[in-house]
Amino acid sequence: MPIISEQNLRDDYDVIVVGSGAGGGQSAFTLTMAGVKVLMLESGRNYDPLTETAMFQTPDQMPLRGISTVEKPFGFADATVNGGWQVPDEPYTQANNKPEERFWWWRARMLGGRTNHWGRISLRNGPYDFKPYSRDGLGFDWPIAYEDVTPYYDKVELLVGVYGSNEGLENTPDSPNNTLLPPPKARAGELYFKKHVTPLGIPVIPIHRAVLSTRQDHTTIPQRLFPQNPTAQKLTAESMKARAACFWATDCGRGCNIRANYQSTTVHLPPALASGNLDILPNAHAREVVLNEQGKATGVTYIDKTTGKERTVKARAVILAASSGETARILLNSKSAKHPDGIANSSGLVGKYIMDTVGAGLGGRVPAFEGLPLHNEDGAGGHVYVPWWLYQQQHAGKLDFARGYHIEFSTGRHAPNLGVAGPAGPGYGSKFKEELRRTYGSFIGFSGRGEMIPNKDSYCELDPEVKDKWGIPVLKFHWKWSSHEINQAAHMQKTFAAMIEAAGGIPNRVETGEKAIKPGGFIIHEVGGGIMGADKNKSVTNRWNQCWDVPNLLLNDGSAFCSNADKNPTLTIMALAWRACDHLIEEMRQGNL
Amino acid sequence: MSDFNPEPVNRLPRREALKWLATAAAGLSLAQLDAASPTIPPSGTPPFAPHGKRIGADPVLNKTYHPGELWPLSFTVEQRAAAAALADLITPPEKGDLPPSALGVPDFIDEWISSYYDETIKDRPIILEGLTWIDQESQRRYQKVFAQLSLEQQSAIADDICGVKPVKKELRPQENFFKRFRHLAAGGYFTTPQGMRDLGYRGNRPSATFEGPTPEALRHLGL
Repeated sequence: MPIISEQNLRDDYDVIVVGSGAGGGQSAFTLTMAGVKVLMLESGRNYDPLTETAMFQTPDQMPLRGISTVEKPFGFADATVNGGWQVPDEPYTQANNKPEERFWWWRARMLGGRTNHWGRISLRNGPYDFKPYSRDGLGFDWPIAYEDVTPYYDKVELLVGVYGSNEGLENTPDSPNNTLLPPPKARAGELYFKKHVTPLGIPVIPIHRAVLSTRQDHTTIPQRLFPQNPTAQKLTAESMKARAACFWATDCGRGCNIRANYQSTTVHLPPALASGNLDILPNAHAREVVLNEQGKATGVTYIDKTTGKERTVKARAVILAASSGETARILLNSKSAKHPDGIANSSGLVGKYIMDTVGAGLGGRVPAFEGLPLHNEDGAGGHVYVPWWLYQQQHAGKLDFARGYHIEFSTGRHAPNLGVAGPAGPGYGSKFKEELRRTYGSFIGFSGRGEMIPNKDSYCELDPEVKDKWGIPVLKFHWKWSSHEINQAAHMQKTFAAMIEAAGGIPNRVETGEKAIKPGGFIIHEVGGGIMGADKNKSVTNRWNQCWDVPNLLLNDGSAFCSNADKNPTLTIMALAWRACDHLIEEMRQGNL
Repeated sequence: MSDFNPEPVNRLPRREALKWLATAAAGLSLAQLDAASPTIPPSGTPPFAPHGKRIGADPVLNKTYHPGELWPLSFTVEQRAAAAALADLITPPEKGDLPPSALGVPDFIDEWISSYYDETIKDRPIILEGLTWIDQESQRRYQKVFAQLSLEQQSAIADDICGVKPVKKELRPQENFFKRFRHLAAGGYFTTPQGMRDLGYRGNRPSATFEGPTPEALRHLGL
């Protein structure tokens, strides 16, 4: 990829984008397709999935059989490098050491950011999800409705390629015809559970995932995306032609060197670079946004990590998409005599209302799976899921938690890992091997992923003492779950046990909500910290992701989320970034910024 | 597409799916992720390694690594021989297959106990002392080292510490050794291409379509 170094920096960029993940990638794509000159600053190194991905390597080809270590927390072959809940030279701190009040902050210092990590699960927020306060009196309504975002969900699905189906279920939106790619067949274990939990009223349907189950139609999609823009059509078509369909092997988490799954480096950045309108500067660690006397953003000051030197680059507008936590950090660190609390912070809400997804899981043994005739069960992730199905009961006050969750599945004979002998009893030799063959793949795992309601006790601020290697103050996190999340996790546990029992299985021990819930940040769906609202005294950004105080400064990552539906946030980050950039382009054209 | 080889790859399955990896990453085992019950974020750096060698946060991902390549190994000749014999006893080869000792399993165990990660560091004394004990016990009973014993003799020693029948109180450390060694030996074997196939894994092969379950599999489940 044509990545630049400092000496090639220009002085006439229209927009600086900080971050290269879902929000930054989408912003760069949308802007460059419209002819806007963009500089992208990435704190990590350049990374090329086409040449760096471990596609078919087996654990015996990896150090320590590829286990998870502090340096490679999702295993050796996982795509993320220089990332994890701890990043060298870049600490963060906790206000409280109680385990349940700690926040785990995941970062990925590499081109593509956290799109190198995510599961590609791509669920639309529904109409309820944009108006949660109106529905139950908790949290905040968004200043926009599902209808405002719908055209952008459509576009993002067409651009990145999402497989799935339309089921017409409550608050689980359908996509227009000819938008989703066909879902892959369900696995044996998925079908088995569908049969046995449907009588419990639990719907099992194809999941939506950003993986090309077939190649994209490059002859029609570019025209649908850019009806008035032949250049963008051509660039998008070229990029689509270069992407292969999934070959149903190797973990998506390793990245994809045939570009069949979405990461910003396989979808957003190649056409943006091909447009000639994008420069990407890696190892550029943003420290602060620079404002002029009139309070407009004029550029970004960053540290070149390779030399340790500081430099300021200028542009007409700035987009922060550095991840919700890092975006808050940059705003808070943009201090001056005029802005002692950082910029865009007249509401005092920068860094406030950080959310993650509620995560809890339960597994079990399913005797019916033993002896299943052998076949290839790889595929691309779980092929089915359960969308939240108790909206009506919840609305009627019959549950002791206010928001829903969806359920992800793990079944089948996954590629063996080092822990493969775990389920066997004592012994060794041929009998031991036979027992392992019998039990291998005879387990089910359910993971609940639920909505957290924003609360005032979950936030980040600058640590007054601790700085990173480059002398930049780091974040200190505060975290608390409310009873809504704890009770939701308990409901997950009971539900999963009931599902496993309904299928004749033996669930693992059901834990209390407090014990079952994963730590804040563990699910890596951090959003908030720059929440969007209709009132500038009660929010950081307006309906177009623009900071109220600095209209030519946009927050295009998850930080503008004022609620965090159970639907995984990435698709919504991309849809909102596209929408915000369309508005930014229009404002720039009209000379308003 | 540059690297896509449409021929079935010669190495079978991959997908290490670690302790709790899996989550988001498409298809990874969520069960494993959620089985973990973490309480604090991991510390920033691995424990001190006297040899100063680690995997690092930015290793080359798409190459083949060999034990000893990243950090020096530890086994003596005798320990290596005992580890090979015990690994072969734990997962004996099927007809026509290679024994674990010929598939690099002892090297993997050596790599493991020679590293200094939270996940590995406790195994070093357990495995080294256990291998020393098993040779001493073989000498005491049969006047030969473990690797030179007959299968029956090896089994007689293993039977005393493997836990199928109650283990004598004074052999508790050896019971723990056997448990840890079996975890590494079996895990090491079943993560080789032969071991994966032996276990019943049929994936890690590119195909144009995802075929889903076979009719036989559906019948097995009453579907």
